Amino acid sequence: MSVAENVASSQSPPLLAVEGVTKRFAGVTALSDVSLEVRPGEILGLLGENGAGKSTLLKILSGVMPPTSGRIVFDGVEFNPHNPQDAKRLGIVTIYQELSLIPTLTVAENIFIGRAPLGRFGLVSWRKMEVDSRAIIARVGLDLDPATPVSALSVAEQQLVEIARALSLKSRLIIMDEPTSALTETEVQKLMSIMGRLRKDGVAIMFVTHRLEEASAICDRMTVLRDGRLAGHLDRDGGPIKLPKIIEKMVGRAASELYARPTLRDVAGDVRLSVRGLRTVRDPQAPHAIVLEGIDLDLKAGEILGVAGLVGSGRTELARAIFGADRIAAGTITLDGKTIAPETPADAIALGIGLVPEDRKHQAIFAALGILTNFSVAALGRYSNALGFMAERRERQALASYRKALSIRMASPEQPIEGLSGGNQQKVILARWLARDPKVLIVDEPTRGVDVGAKAEVHQILVQLAGRGIAIMMISSELPEVLAVSDRIVTMRRGRITGEMPGIEATEEKLMELMALEQTQEATQ
Amino acid sequence: MTSTTEQSQRGGINVARLLMSFGPLMFLALLIVVFTVLKPSFIDPINIFNIMRQISITGLIALGMTFVILTAGIDLSVGSLLAFCGMVAAVVAKGGTANTLSLSTSGAQGYGWFAALLAAVVIGALAGGVQGFAITRLKVPPFVVTLGGLTVFRGLTLTISNGGPISGFDASMRWFGTGLIGPVPVPAIIFAAAAILCHIVLRYTRYGRAVYAVGGNAEAARLSGLRVDRILISVYVIVGFFAGLAAFVLSARLNSSEAVAGIGYELTVISAVVIGGTSLFGGIGSVGGTVVGAALIGVLQNGLQFNNVSSYTQSIVIGLILILAVAFDRWLKSRVRR
Repeated sequence: MSVAENVASSQSPPLLAVEGVTKRFAGVTALSDVSLEVRPGEILGLLGENGAGKSTLLKILSGVMPPTSGRIVFDGVEFNPHNPQDAKRLGIVTIYQELSLIPTLTVAENIFIGRAPLGRFGLVSWRKMEVDSRAIIARVGLDLDPATPVSALSVAEQQLVEIARALSLKSRLIIMDEPTSALTETEVQKLMSIMGRLRKDGVAIMFVTHRLEEASAICDRMTVLRDGRLAGHLDRDGGPIKLPKIIEKMVGRAASELYARPTLRDVAGDVRLSVRGLRTVRDPQAPHAIVLEGIDLDLKAGEILGVAGLVGSGRTELARAIFGADRIAAGTITLDGKTIAPETPADAIALGIGLVPEDRKHQAIFAALGILTNFSVAALGRYSNALGFMAERRERQALASYRKALSIRMASPEQPIEGLSGGNQQKVILARWLARDPKVLIVDEPTRGVDVGAKAEVHQILVQLAGRGIAIMMISSELPEVLAVSDRIVTMRRGRITGEMPGIEATEEKLMELMALEQTQEATQ
Repeated sequence: MTSTTEQSQRGGINVARLLMSFGPLMFLALLIVVFTVLKPSFIDPINIFNIMRQISITGLIALGMTFVILTAGIDLSVGSLLAFCGMVAAVVAKGGTANTLSLSTSGAQGYGWFAALLAAVVIGALAGGVQGFAITRLKVPPFVVTLGGLTVFRGLTLTISNGGPISGFDASMRWFGTGLIGPVPVPAIIFAAAAILCHIVLRYTRYGRAVYAVGGNAEAARLSGLRVDRILISVYVIVGFFAGLAAFVLSARLNSSEAVAGIGYELTVISAVVIGGTSLFGGIGSVGGTVVGAALIGVLQNGLQFNNVSSYTQSIVIGLILILAVAFDRWLKSRVRR
């Protein structure tokens, strides 16, 4: 986008103006006097930690709930939607992380849901629907048969279909809530270029994200929220908005305090876990899982091994294979010199391996159950007697000590875990494994959905655990995180290990290069 | 947002939380008061013991059903399984099917009440185990497996009994259905003892924790090292065991095992569990709730009958109460969560 265009758009009147909006719930102020503007043909980034008030603002803008006070003006008219349909009709469409397409219907049916074009005798004209759909999805760069059921599309394609549908509804402001969190790097690039194209067409976009790099790359301006208040606005000034500036606004302190590199620790432990020639085969029940090929890996006691790889590199599959959650076709795994062959997670756990899975909500927490139950579930044998009765006092004492050690902020052991913030949930999951005193702990995306502040705490915990002699394998797609805590780093791509280096020698650029194998292959040829 | 949600929960949720735990109990108390005002003899110990005897059969099965529903499962076969186990118990008690229709209580040549009881609960547990196996290993949903079971067990019952009842048990067996300890009917005591046992198992044991965990999130349970399949099979074994025990008590009480016994019981049993606050999605619920749910249905039926309301109308009322109980529960949860 050229500077000239930018100037032009900044002179045009705002399409959306939020003026001093406040939202209170039962005495708690979730949003306090927040103002922002979005102009046509502009991408506004809305940033803030979890709990900063982003979701409250989105709910107000998408008509889910009204503000307590303040005014919203859309296209020169006061904007007071009574429900989400109202907001859509007025021209604001919100695309949530959980997509709202109906998976069993086709792309065309989804686009024209509730407004199918009618032909003779008032019956649905399938031909017109298909032709029109093709034109609509072409606008977002999609070239697929509109008769394809949505369930057959990738997440990225589904998102584009939603955007296309929004455009076909003559939406003038598209709000995207964390659109890139489930996308691969190339899909992100594609989405970004489509956002750029829509901006040229005069569509206004509000981009809500945790991913600062992406926000910095594409946003014309940013509005940052902190603790329900406006922390400030940032403007693109010749070049992209700099990350440290954003972070400073988000957390209210300098970025250098975050992701502080640990001092080089002396890791002289013996090899704990050793993987040789690990291979998996395609599982017909999970056709999208990456197939591992020829994985060799050593993990020492007291070491944090960072596994860097993009989504789809096979890092999660590697963790699951070691943990006995997925079947292994060939290769050996040894633990403390003994060959092991865990066939189920229960086997792996009994051997002293723990896994903090990637998808906390679906794979780790028991949302409706209390914190105590969530904490002890992997160590029920340790907190019960020979007759199978729970030793609740011991269990509570253990939880209390982890609560203190990991500074878990919670009300009571009976509180349902879903009431905790992402960071505190993750600490409970870490405590779950610590209660078992594992030899090896695999953590997959340990700070996904965790506040910036709590991220640093989780990192510290991992370093402490390694200090106690636990061998830690940390999988992450966030390179600053990998760099911050790893003693050694391996990179993965397409189910293979593509490189290895000590943590102190690694840089984001080096890792990126290894994660994108083609370049290195070219370099070696 | 999370911190604000936590804070907003602090104000004004206590009432909702309280209602959520004690709502069914308060409703039960209210019903008892209303029926007593309408007809003071409702509260007579004789009637109360009568209600306890009435609810003990479906109540026993509801205890087992609580385990199943806590894992987000369902068992529709319990009514048929009850009939089947009752028939097996009768055959064992009488030493064969030859005594069909004989009402003579003397000269029974069977294997006695203990063997009959043992046969009923073992067959029930086995049948549950087979269904659990189909659910976990063949990956057929519980609804479908037990719907099949509902038909299969009824068919087996009719086959071994040739469609008729087997009647006439000796006094020692009948005592389990009609006897009294002090003023209390034996079935009520069996139900109470079983309820306490189930409560202890679910609330205080490792196994109980595992049941809640599997129902709360099966994938997380597996990744936490629980043997999910075994736990799922076990809950169907438990409900089968209780269907067998209930069958024994029912046969003893009626002095007869009927091929048509227990038709529609699955609905009463599931209603009791759900009215008691156990979530059909798993992970939430308690034995205490189920006991209250069973009592609520029992009091409602008895109280309506006491006031000469027809059994047709009773069905309508109980059905509506079921829906309202769940609607109320949902509403409370939405108040607590938001």
